[in-house]
Amino acid sequence: MGKRVLLKGNEAAAEAALIAGCTHYFAYPITPQNEISAYMAKRMPKLNRTFLQAESEIAACNMVYGAAATGVRAMTSSSSPGIALKQEAFSYIAGAEVPAVVINMMRGGPGLGNIAGSQGDYNMCVRGGSNGDFHNLVYAPSTVQELADLTLKAFDVAEKYRILALILGDGYLAQMSEPCVLPEPSGERHEKPWALTGAEGRDAQVIKSLRLADGVLEVHNRHLEEKYKAVEAAEVMFENFMCDDADFILVAYGTASRVCKAAVMRLREKGVKAGVFRPITLWPYPYEALSAAAAGKKKVLTVEMSLGQMLLDVQLAVRGEVPVDFLGRPGGGVPMVDEVEERVLSYGR
Amino acid sequence: MYSEILFAGFGGQGVILAGKILCIAAMNDGKNVSHIPSYGAEMRGGTANCSVVISDGLIASPVTPMYDIAVVMNTPSLLKFEKSVRPGGKLLINSSLIDVEPTRTDIEIIKIDANDISEKAGSHKAANMAMLGKLIAVEPELCSPQALYDALDTAISERNKKFNPVNIAVMKLGGGIDV
Amino acid sequence: MADKILYTRPRSIRDVKTHYCPGCGHGIVHKLIGECLDEMNCREKTLLVAPVGCGVLAYNYFDVDAIEAPHGRAPAVATGMKRARKDKLVISYQGDGDLLAIGTAETIHAANRGENITVIFINNAIYGMTGGQMAPTTMEGQVTKTTPYGRDVTDVGYPIRACELLNTLMAPYYIERVSVHDVPNILKAKKAIRRALQNQLDGKGYSFIEVLSMCPTNWGVDAQTGADWVRDVMMPYYPLGVFRDKGTEEASRVQ
Repeated sequence: MGKRVLLKGNEAAAEAALIAGCTHYFAYPITPQNEISAYMAKRMPKLNRTFLQAESEIAACNMVYGAAATGVRAMTSSSSPGIALKQEAFSYIAGAEVPAVVINMMRGGPGLGNIAGSQGDYNMCVRGGSNGDFHNLVYAPSTVQELADLTLKAFDVAEKYRILALILGDGYLAQMSEPCVLPEPSGERHEKPWALTGAEGRDAQVIKSLRLADGVLEVHNRHLEEKYKAVEAAEVMFENFMCDDADFILVAYGTASRVCKAAVMRLREKGVKAGVFRPITLWPYPYEALSAAAAGKKKVLTVEMSLGQMLLDVQLAVRGEVPVDFLGRPGGGVPMVDEVEERVLSYGR
Repeated sequence: MYSEILFAGFGGQGVILAGKILCIAAMNDGKNVSHIPSYGAEMRGGTANCSVVISDGLIASPVTPMYDIAVVMNTPSLLKFEKSVRPGGKLLINSSLIDVEPTRTDIEIIKIDANDISEKAGSHKAANMAMLGKLIAVEPELCSPQALYDALDTAISERNKKFNPVNIAVMKLGGGIDV
Repeated sequence: MADKILYTRPRSIRDVKTHYCPGCGHGIVHKLIGECLDEMNCREKTLLVAPVGCGVLAYNYFDVDAIEAPHGRAPAVATGMKRARKDKLVISYQGDGDLLAIGTAETIHAANRGENITVIFINNAIYGMTGGQMAPTTMEGQVTKTTPYGRDVTDVGYPIRACELLNTLMAPYYIERVSVHDVPNILKAKKAIRRALQNQLDGKGYSFIEVLSMCPTNWGVDAQTGADWVRDVMMPYYPLGVFRDKGTEEASRVQ
């Protein structure tokens, strides 16, 4: 095992991408993820890889699309308003089935909002945000260690399914430093017979999303649907933190889930049995696992740094069998441990 | 132990760095740590702060509205964060620069002439090291003095490593250790 | 006496019917590019970036590896491809809406970086695929679906001259405007395209060829009138010629 080092989230993510074999990184500056670009700008040339500051978020993500279409591992990173601009390319990447990795360190919104950590992009990133029937695979790390591990994994999984894998962090995770053991390279590689490398010794091939002929797009959509079903079957990740004997289940992801864990530990000291269910993949969402974890409990409390965006998925999972409450802080606010604890105490025994 | 600490001051006083040094030291002593700096727009105003958590168990939440210890290095920081110290907590004040008296009576007030100590040890800008030295003197559970000195090796850039002997001297003086 | 082949379809072009209208210039330019790729023996190393617009289906006609870019993003996609595959020949094929309206930023910045790619710009002064709306290059007074009373330059601005605009940048290696409205000009256009591709093979950097082209269908004229319109209306405003040739500059410096 590697050495424990104190790393800032942004730097850990960047280094993990390098370990994963990311050879091409394109981005446009935006707070609070600028350390990723700075890290890449410093390291990529030394490794004989490509760092390019693009003219816009739009261009950066299209550069990723172009580079990844030739078979290399490519990545871009940004924060909320920048991710909104990248959504155009997200849809093309999905339609054309190009593997790509994108990091979103969310900040407060709407609009320019602020630069504090937030979870206001759940709807944009998990439910869609761009045109057409498609999904991105969305990972929601909650610690610097997990951010590094999932960034590495994102490259493998993106390649395996020819899908866009999105790391959905927030400004706190981006800026936070924690001890981290950098992951080892997985060594996982997938054949890319589809890659554009020139029609030498084979037929010419095309990467595209336009499918005009009668019924052809529907066939393609069905093919994507099959792929998404395979992802749903194999890639769901979640953490069950003291849920088994709990009366109350707190559901939260990313930074908000850490607050919930702290609240649960305090509640347990007071004899209140609470637990945290933490989705690690937001798409595919761990509906079944959450449904099982919540079964027979007294109450489910969804906690977000937004105004109830994940709440709908929690309600879908729980299907009305247990009452679902909500506690959220928007605009860069973070629900505090005291607030969460008080809310659970208000449910009584 | 579980300790939530705030470092605050103006840009250039090295409060973010002080937090980082403490984190590295505590990490190398086997503790769990987290460090969140103020960043971006907040920095443009010239004030800076960071939240540090040190624990021998799991650090669940890295964000907190209240702190066990606040280390304040200038007057605006005192005015802003005095209320953020938990009752029974500690407030470390850089009395070289802060001439305002704190009003809280339910916390322990610890004054230290950080800039003067730094000057005495031969540096114009190591007041943050004096504060760190004092911090671990009054809160020895956080990390060992040696770990703090050793952390400089990792935390300080190559360019500034030549100042480390002075930094260590300031830390010791700040902690009341004769050098 | 054996038959002598005077003309054949280039290997780099597929044996299929195109969707282009009678009198359209796209087919001519496709053929010129295809001939150049054959002559340079580059078909197997070419990566073509197709735009959004009439050129979007170019990948159905070229027998080369190709990708379809979002509207206006072809230079960014081409940048990503070239940076990943420096040994390939990357061609960004774009129309006037793609290159000069929605993709202006990508166009200028790829040029400004001196990306080692070749951009072929088809300027026919109108949006063809969507049915004849105003393009950034639509002439003053020109009637289109969205300028039914003629382009009013005091309201929507003047037609943009791409070569002149890019020629203000330091990095581009080669910038030329050609036309495909008659045979002598078609032959010149081919030379320009060939040169622009060779520059990339030689690692010289960004080459830009603007091709004045006909869109008789959306101009509402017959094919011959379309060709004449390029000569009589477009060429006076969009003068042909080489705007930038660092190769010649370098050569003259050596002498």
